[in-house]
Amino acid sequence: MFNWLSQVAAVTWVNLRTIPERRGASLATVVGVAGVVIVFVAVFSIAEGVRHALVSTAGADTAVVLRSGSDSEMMSGLQRDVTRLIAEAPGVRRCANGPMASAELYVIVDVPKRSTHTDANVPLRGVQPAAFDVRDEVRILPGGRRFEPGKNEVVVGKMAAAQFAGLDLGNHLRWGQNEWTVVGIFSANGGLAESEIWCDAGVLQPAYRRGSTFQSVYAKLDSPAAFQKFKDALTADPRLDVKVIRESEYYESQSRALISLIRVLGVAITLLMGVGAIFGALNTMYAAVATRIREIATLRALGFRAGPVVLSVLTESLLLALAGGLVGAVIAYSAFNGFQTSTLNWSTFSQLSFAFTVTPELLVWGLGSALVMGVIGGVFPALRAARLPVATALREL
Amino acid sequence: MKYIPLIWKNLWRRKLRTLFTLASILASFATYGVLSAVNMAFSGGVEVAGADRLLTIHKVSLIQPLPVSYLERIKAVKGIEAVSYANWFGGIYQDPKNFFGQMAVDPETFLEMYPEYRLPEGQKQAWLADRSGALVGRQLADRFGFKVGDKIPIQATIYRKPDGSNLWEFTVSGIYEGAEKGTDTSSMYFRYDYLNEGMGGRLGFVGWYILRIADPKQAGAVAGRVDTLFANSPAETKTQTEKAFAQSFADQVGNVGALVKAVLVAVFFTMLLVAGNTMAQSVRERTSELAVLKTLGFSRGLVVGLVLAESCVIAVLGGALGLLFAEAMIPVLGKALRAFLPIFFLPTRDLVVGVVLIFLFGIAAGFLPAAQAMRLRIVDALRRV
Repeated sequence: MFNWLSQVAAVTWVNLRTIPERRGASLATVVGVAGVVIVFVAVFSIAEGVRHALVSTAGADTAVVLRSGSDSEMMSGLQRDVTRLIAEAPGVRRCANGPMASAELYVIVDVPKRSTHTDANVPLRGVQPAAFDVRDEVRILPGGRRFEPGKNEVVVGKMAAAQFAGLDLGNHLRWGQNEWTVVGIFSANGGLAESEIWCDAGVLQPAYRRGSTFQSVYAKLDSPAAFQKFKDALTADPRLDVKVIRESEYYESQSRALISLIRVLGVAITLLMGVGAIFGALNTMYAAVATRIREIATLRALGFRAGPVVLSVLTESLLLALAGGLVGAVIAYSAFNGFQTSTLNWSTFSQLSFAFTVTPELLVWGLGSALVMGVIGGVFPALRAARLPVATALREL
Repeated sequence: MKYIPLIWKNLWRRKLRTLFTLASILASFATYGVLSAVNMAFSGGVEVAGADRLLTIHKVSLIQPLPVSYLERIKAVKGIEAVSYANWFGGIYQDPKNFFGQMAVDPETFLEMYPEYRLPEGQKQAWLADRSGALVGRQLADRFGFKVGDKIPIQATIYRKPDGSNLWEFTVSGIYEGAEKGTDTSSMYFRYDYLNEGMGGRLGFVGWYILRIADPKQAGAVAGRVDTLFANSPAETKTQTEKAFAQSFADQVGNVGALVKAVLVAVFFTMLLVAGNTMAQSVRERTSELAVLKTLGFSRGLVVGLVLAESCVIAVLGGALGLLFAEAMIPVLGKALRAFLPIFFLPTRDLVVGVVLIFLFGIAAGFLPAAQAMRLRIVDALRRV
């Protein structure tokens, strides 16, 4: 066994030392694999970013109530008395200020993107004071404050402020007949709220001619388990015709289409690129074997067995692919992680701001696929090297 | 011409290597094809937008409705030939997953406004005669198997009838075809009067107006006149060309074009390195042969030409197969994505660019080896083993 291992080490070492002689070919493999890994990580980090923005911060103990038959807040509508009934339902957590439930309005306003100066649909959410208790991850950044009820004031999510022009602290904005003042910027742990602009629902209703209607109620429940009780109470109430969902499920359903679109495209593109890179690696390794045919044959004639020869070629291919994978992972991480952008979320017809998120899992997947490319690119040339009839190979030029 | 057999023989002296190079070029051009289709899917609306059409929407945002009363006032604006209107319905067919656009429109002016929607005369008459009638696009019809005469039940999400019901039933009056490959046929259009009637006849608003102007060059001036008309009213308007509207929508989705270009640059750079390296290697191996050719009286130019021709042949073979592969794969991928990206095809323009790229690629990959071959001095080359 030791003998066998030392054979492997010896042959591999000889192989690796000749890499500088085959600089071009080896570099081509490394770059090829790196390219695939970069594209793979970049595309999937978009999907991760969207998922992070939509899903990760949604609380399991928060429920969203919409009019039955609505898929999103945009399409929903609830009368004021209905929202009161919902706030008083069993299972809603209470604090000093009363039930932790916020009846909200969801509209969009046109705000130009900072990058292109073209108008984009930015969500403007009218909330009740309890909204800050329901979403306890919301923090006003230093220098700002919450809007005062009854005033035309807004607070802006951090991501929205970065993406859209004019959403700066102290700025005055004009939408329709109304002028608004930005009095605060808030963070929400990277969640969806950071894409939004918030104001007092009571001010938004007349501004958008919504009378006394709302579109949704966000309620903090006693516990995740209280959801069923809350839902049963609302659906059993004959005065109500509503749909009750967990916040996490609501966001999950919103993100599904976008994420699967990105994933289908990502898989198709990386598969195609990966196939190209594998053929590139195969060429490199066949060439590597070809230039060493006589050496390999000599080793075999000296008594080295086929196994070490196979392994040595495979190791070389794996190392090249691993180098490519690492280079790709490092470039992808440093170039894309945290890159902020926004896109249109079709289910609410409004802008979703997010940051490309390169997760450790993605890097592992990237490196894993690099190794797969290395194995496929190395195994056939390795077998060829091992199968060469010694006598013929020695005679080759 | 007489050198073709020589090039061909050289290509296949190492079959496996040539095959692998072909395959990697194939893969990169297939990627190019698919990415072009993706780019088209996101920006396609901009290219097919009618040059003589303007859209008037609420200044604050598209979701805010505009009063019906604007219709006559817009018609009176100088430079406008025709006005139509539409309203987003946003209903659900069976399951939210089956998303497609449904718009309430004014049938006669709608069909005049959009000549790119082709419809048999009989079906047109049927639609004009049936208030509950609807037109579905060819792609939509294929997706759910809709046929003329079918009843389509749609659950309203926004438009609940006064009696509390949210079920709307439509009859397929006709199936429209797109005049061009890029025409979107994934939506359903039904009659605004049917919507209005179902809502108790007091809708009073529309989503947006579509304006046809006499002179596309005057678009800015006409749009300005319309917007001035409603300035300082409760519902101010924003009028822009259909192209600008489509562009701002594409911008909302994000800069897909830049992303696609970045990926393509990565793909081609990588593949160039791979293919160029292989070519260089095969020329190196043949140094002595090339020297023999020169000894026989082949000129420098001819030797260079032979090497370049060889790499171009590989590029053309691999590239053409790659583009063909993309053409075959795009419909399959398009089917998987049709709910999100209704327009998904490889545009002719990108195909032409692809062919140009193939030749550039062939020349670039053969350039270094060709230069090597040119510099070759017979004596040195023959001395080498």
